[in-house]
Amino acid sequence: MTLSHLRKIELKLYLHYNNTKMILSVFYFLAFLAILSALMVVISKNPVHSVLYLIICFFAIAGHYVLMNAQFLAAVHIIVYAGAIMVLFLYVIMMLNLNADVEPHKNKWIKVAATISGGVLMVVMVGALRQSATTVSAGSNANVGLIKNLGVVLFRDFALPFEVSSILLLVAMVGAIMLGKKEIN
Amino acid sequence: MNSIFQNIPLNHYILLSTLLFCIGVLGVLFRRNAIIIFMCIELMLNAVNLLLAAFSTYFGDASGQVFVFFIMAVAAAEVAVGLAILTMIFRNTGSVDINSLNKMKH
Repeated sequence: MTLSHLRKIELKLYLHYNNTKMILSVFYFLAFLAILSALMVVISKNPVHSVLYLIICFFAIAGHYVLMNAQFLAAVHIIVYAGAIMVLFLYVIMMLNLNADVEPHKNKWIKVAATISGGVLMVVMVGALRQSATTVSAGSNANVGLIKNLGVVLFRDFALPFEVSSILLLVAMVGAIMLGKKEIN
Repeated sequence: MNSIFQNIPLNHYILLSTLLFCIGVLGVLFRRNAIIIFMCIELMLNAVNLLLAAFSTYFGDASGQVFVFFIMAVAAAEVAVGLAILTMIFRNTGSVDINSLNKMKH
């Protein structure tokens, strides 16, 4: 084995190590961003700020989808959540003129109880799931999230649920119009 | 190709989704503004979506991602109907505070 051969192997190992570290740090950055903005959704007083922090959180989750090579899911997530649902939230908040801090003073004990029960739920779930190390099957194929694969699965195995979900959306549309209308005398 | 299977353990995704879900539960318990409670429900749905997508990717099964797609459709329908109900409540009572919605008790 020549020296240049060894150097090549060393370079390859170094690149692999660097790539691993980079992907892991991207994961940590996105996770930190998601958790921080989710906390700010709960904490911030102004509802408009909550909506904006929730949009940041959704973009971080879309980044996670890209990291998992689930490109179709990332695109649909941004279009549906950041493009439709959050715009609807902002529209309702501005229509109802809630963008001031209107939340009245709340009983302190309810806040303490809410925090304690949320924290206890988190401790229980983390403690239960910490040991659940699942080994990944070696033959998992990496391009499962591409749009071609998903389209084949969606229209071959899940054709009936797909049609039923279209009926669900139609019913939701009719229901929203019925609810939003003024009363009929 | 250097995929994420060697780089990020699956446990990281499980912990991240658990934390996001618990923050959503905390928000539902903590806040009284009904719109922010709705947003926290969206946050919980997203935590579940993230975990479904992670399992689907790690085990190479596309059904999980299709299921995430259906959950998104259900979330969109839920938000449309829920915000319509909230605007109707605001029209009738003048606030979206959930403590003013205890009329059924009397």
